[in-house]
Amino acid sequence: MAVGPSEIEKIAHLARIRIAPDQIDEVASRLSDILGMVDQMQAVDTSSVAPMANPHDATQRLRPDAVTEPNQRDTFLAIAPQSEDGLFLVPKVIE
Amino acid sequence: MEWETVIGLEVHVQLSTQSKIFSGASTAFGAEPNTQACAVDLALPGTLPVLNEEAVKSAIKFGLAVNAEICRESVFERKNYFYPDLPKGYQTSQMDAPIVGPGWLDIQLESGETKRIRIHHAHLEEDAGKSLHEDFHGMSGIDLNRAGTPLIEIVSEPDMRSAEEAVAYLKKIHSIVTYLGISDGDMSQGSLRCDANVSVRIKGTDELGTRTETKNLNSFRFIEKAIQLEAQRQIDVLEDGGSITQETRLYDSERNEGRAMRSKEEANDYRYFPCPDLLPVAIEQSLIDELKATLPELPDAKQERFQSEYGLSAYDAGILTSERAIADYFEAVAKAAGDAKLAANWVMVELMGRLNKEGIEFSETPVSAEQLGGLIQRIRDNTISGKIAKQVFEALWNGEGDSADAVIEAKGLKQMSDSGELEKMVDQVLADNPDQVEQYKAADEGKRKKMLGFFVGQIMKASKGQANPGMVNQLLNKKLG
Repeated sequence: MAVGPSEIEKIAHLARIRIAPDQIDEVASRLSDILGMVDQMQAVDTSSVAPMANPHDATQRLRPDAVTEPNQRDTFLAIAPQSEDGLFLVPKVIE
Repeated sequence: MEWETVIGLEVHVQLSTQSKIFSGASTAFGAEPNTQACAVDLALPGTLPVLNEEAVKSAIKFGLAVNAEICRESVFERKNYFYPDLPKGYQTSQMDAPIVGPGWLDIQLESGETKRIRIHHAHLEEDAGKSLHEDFHGMSGIDLNRAGTPLIEIVSEPDMRSAEEAVAYLKKIHSIVTYLGISDGDMSQGSLRCDANVSVRIKGTDELGTRTETKNLNSFRFIEKAIQLEAQRQIDVLEDGGSITQETRLYDSERNEGRAMRSKEEANDYRYFPCPDLLPVAIEQSLIDELKATLPELPDAKQERFQSEYGLSAYDAGILTSERAIADYFEAVAKAAGDAKLAANWVMVELMGRLNKEGIEFSETPVSAEQLGGLIQRIRDNTISGKIAKQVFEALWNGEGDSADAVIEAKGLKQMSDSGELEKMVDQVLADNPDQVEQYKAADEGKRKKMLGFFVGQIMKASKGQANPGMVNQLLNKKLG
């Protein structure tokens, strides 16, 4: 399966990654190579193998429901680019 | 042409755990912004999620309550999208292996019939933070206190056929989660909110029409209105020869109108994949059995018991079991009063009617179950009449006494059952109304009954409502007979 420039642009947009126009062809070709490898893997018969969500042979440990985290707002707001009234400020977003 | 509305609901229920689903930050409502957002909630580098045991148990309890299969190996996935109130850039959610599999619940229609609504699945996920758009000099303010609050999202099959059915379904979900105690169900605080998938088709056809999704409905009334509005909009479009676009819509409750938010073409491509930070959640049968044993009596079972144990109608039992708090209150009143039917009437008519009129939540009722039970006892033992009882209720409502007895005593409302005193009063009324007495004596049996009411009324008036009506009738019959 090959990917074209328009798909690269779409994926880059979804991932919020900037890819310079003169790099698009190269990225497309490298991604196509990776997808080619995926195609190859998909040719393997896995009908008798159960889908796997995680490679570790382990299951999730659970945590008791207790509040263990103190308020560290001042510490966290101090490393934010902008804040006001206890809020993180970001470029305006309205749906 | 007759149209049929087809509705499926996605209901988000906030779980009432102490801490968040993947972190030890508090979930308490109403705290100062960002004081309950820890490093995990903020997605700072190097943090890892650890799943809250109580959230898992809550989801299992819900699954058991809606007759669903519990997934023994449940998987968390990442739902990727960019929005500032979602610091990780993905919502940790579930898709392929949700914790609660297919189930169902029954709703009661207005006709009295029962209808079964299938649940496709329910999954655990985290809530996002809040964006505040007003007044930050062109910026948006982000409060991440809510980020990471545990939710279950309950996805129904498209089994509902009217806005009323959708509301009945949602009310049932509300009553189940509050009975289970897994959520406070407080819609004004967003503890229960719902997205409605609505489509229309010509009645009698099988194929589903193109649907739209109306987001973030957070009151029973808005849900009903939004669905009715959207169904009518679709019918109008189709009858004008147009077609429906699959899109996400918003409902503006102030203007009672809907508008498109984004079409499917622009819709997010969420690129779900299993979350590498979380291992599959193994759920032992022993845990399921253990939780099953702790389930409380659920609304349907309670309703049936109220009918059989207290002799209530299905309708009354339905109202009294709609909320666990109401059911518990009613049972306490019935026990204190010693008469379940009277208790049911007083709770539904006087108390709930009054609460409704004044817009007060049931949990805020100023009259306790013991007080109301005590009041009913005094009606039963003829200390007061039903009419005076309403005065006593009013006094209890206004906090003018600790108990019905205290109010009756303080206001001197005890029914007059002293036959000597009553007799005097009856004689006086008869002496004051000689014409009516003549007419009564001349009248035939049928008319007399009606005319007797006049004398009873006069005597009740003279006694300020305190005369025992049974004794008044007896005395009158004796004197006029």
